[in-house]
Amino acid sequence: MKWLMVALIVGSTVLADLLQSFEMKRHVVSVEDLRPGRLPGMLHRLAHRGPLVLAVFFMAISFFAFMKLLSVADLSFAVPVTAASVALETVLARLVLREKVTALRWAGALAVACGVALLAM
Amino acid sequence: MPAGRIVVEERQLTSSAPHRVDLKTKLLTVFVVSTNVLGNFAMSWGLKHQAVDLGLSPLPYIRLIFTPWVMLGTTLLILWLLSRMTLLGWADLSYVLPVTSIAYVFSAVLGKVFFGEQVTWQRWLGTVFIVVGIIFVGLTAANTTKQEPAQ
Repeated sequence: MKWLMVALIVGSTVLADLLQSFEMKRHVVSVEDLRPGRLPGMLHRLAHRGPLVLAVFFMAISFFAFMKLLSVADLSFAVPVTAASVALETVLARLVLREKVTALRWAGALAVACGVALLAM
Repeated sequence: MPAGRIVVEERQLTSSAPHRVDLKTKLLTVFVVSTNVLGNFAMSWGLKHQAVDLGLSPLPYIRLIFTPWVMLGTTLLILWLLSRMTLLGWADLSYVLPVTSIAYVFSAVLGKVFFGEQVTWQRWLGTVFIVVGIIFVGLTAANTTKQEPAQ
């Protein structure tokens, strides 16, 4: 059950992040939009963007699977192990989102992935 | 120093300016990390103090959401979600992911301090790897797909 939840969290997180990054780059939120008076309008606009709604759906799956995982595992296991998505998402960011992933960034992502693996031991 | 060299160096500084991580991106990153760590902590605290069997039925989950600590955790995680979405518009996914991974380190520390969870030497070594990785990624350009947020 524990590892099934981890797989569910990682899979849905990867899909949610790719969708969010793709859509938020198309319509960038400005600093002014973050002012309290403008937040409702911004939320309204976000709620009408299909890829973001789909991303939130995947995040909801990830959220409930995470709640289940927290009830059967330690916090210091549950949080780091779900970060297995970092390496996978860096590869997909390069291939799907066409981000320029330099050698330094690859090294950083690899170090983070190794760190996460060690934390999960 | 020859005048030509000064001009070249000024051009290099100017051309590297868009790649610098600006203050608002840094502040938003801190907010994203804080809401994530505190949200996960509140959720975990709430779940550890509830004797509820979480099966496949959605009802126990919904009931749990309305307990104080889980509600606080949920609120913080909603703020995390919205601020992270905004950050993903300002910076690359391959930048945001490693840089915000410092949250895992803080979560491990909170787990040890408040829940008495065992943090082995492997976990501390993992923490060092994560911090090094964050420093590496932090040295790269935040946004390589070149879509600056409107000011």
